[in-house]
Amino acid sequence: MNYLLRGIGVVAAVGVISLLAFSLPSPSGEARGDGGGEVLPRLTHKAWQQECASCHIAYAPAFLPKASWRRVMGGLDQHFGENASLDPATQADILRFLEANAADAGTSQMGNRVMRSMGAKDAPMRITETRWFVRKHDEVSRAVWSRKSVGSAANCAACHRQADQGVFNEDAVRIPK
Amino acid sequence: MIKKMFRGSLAILGLVSAVSGAAETPASLMANYAQAAGVPVSGLSAKRGEMLYRTEHPGRDGQPVSCAACHTANPQQAGRTRVGKRIEPMAPIANPERFTDAAKVEKWFRRNCTDVLQRECSAQEKGDFIAWLSQAR
Repeated sequence: MNYLLRGIGVVAAVGVISLLAFSLPSPSGEARGDGGGEVLPRLTHKAWQQECASCHIAYAPAFLPKASWRRVMGGLDQHFGENASLDPATQADILRFLEANAADAGTSQMGNRVMRSMGAKDAPMRITETRWFVRKHDEVSRAVWSRKSVGSAANCAACHRQADQGVFNEDAVRIPK
Repeated sequence: MIKKMFRGSLAILGLVSAVSGAAETPASLMANYAQAAGVPVSGLSAKRGEMLYRTEHPGRDGQPVSCAACHTANPQQAGRTRVGKRIEPMAPIANPERFTDAAKVEKWFRRNCTDVLQRECSAQEKGDFIAWLSQAR
């Protein structure tokens, strides 16, 4: 019995220590994740990935400021024409993560760039409404956006094939026919 | 009446407790929904489930919507969300993960019934729906 208890204790201690080790930000975290180019920090957050990515890619928090994420997460029952409601705990959990990594959180170069062309009080609901997005895509014609293979400007992965891994550099872009 | 309500809430309790981990099957979910609706499992109708899946309703923006619009006319095939992301097939025969997680099932009924029908689905409708999809061969 004593051995069993001790065994459980050891397993729990090892589990807690390894959890801590993996969740603490490493000193090189910024450099490792944020490639400086159009590569986003590699973020992991279970609910964000599971819930947001059921209908579209889990859009990186660095694409919108905190105020935008608060609006988006506050209206999930009418999310761009669809009911995407969540239980309150999951909703709060995801919002906390989005705010901590938002464009104006100062945690990514991508976010800094998005903020450079954003007014202090701007809180766009769509990434595609940001001046940064519009400028970045000004060479893409209307005809390309409406191709069936693209479907919508919300479908990043149609052209940015590794969008779900946060890779957006121009060399990796393949516009489908 | 009170007895029926009591039975209904018991069934809902059953659903909630299932949320906490135990894997469900299409059959166990059908049993839970039948109980919540106050009918035997044999009172679920695959035919009504199919109607629910295929019937078009006026959507919020006036455009007709149906389950089949995104999940395709053949539930053994993959569908596409409005922004083009793949939706795994609805029929358990083509996608064994379907209807194995009560919380997930409840979440999507809540969302999609409100989008398609402008109201939540009843326990009877949910049971009918799973009855139809799980008999697809």
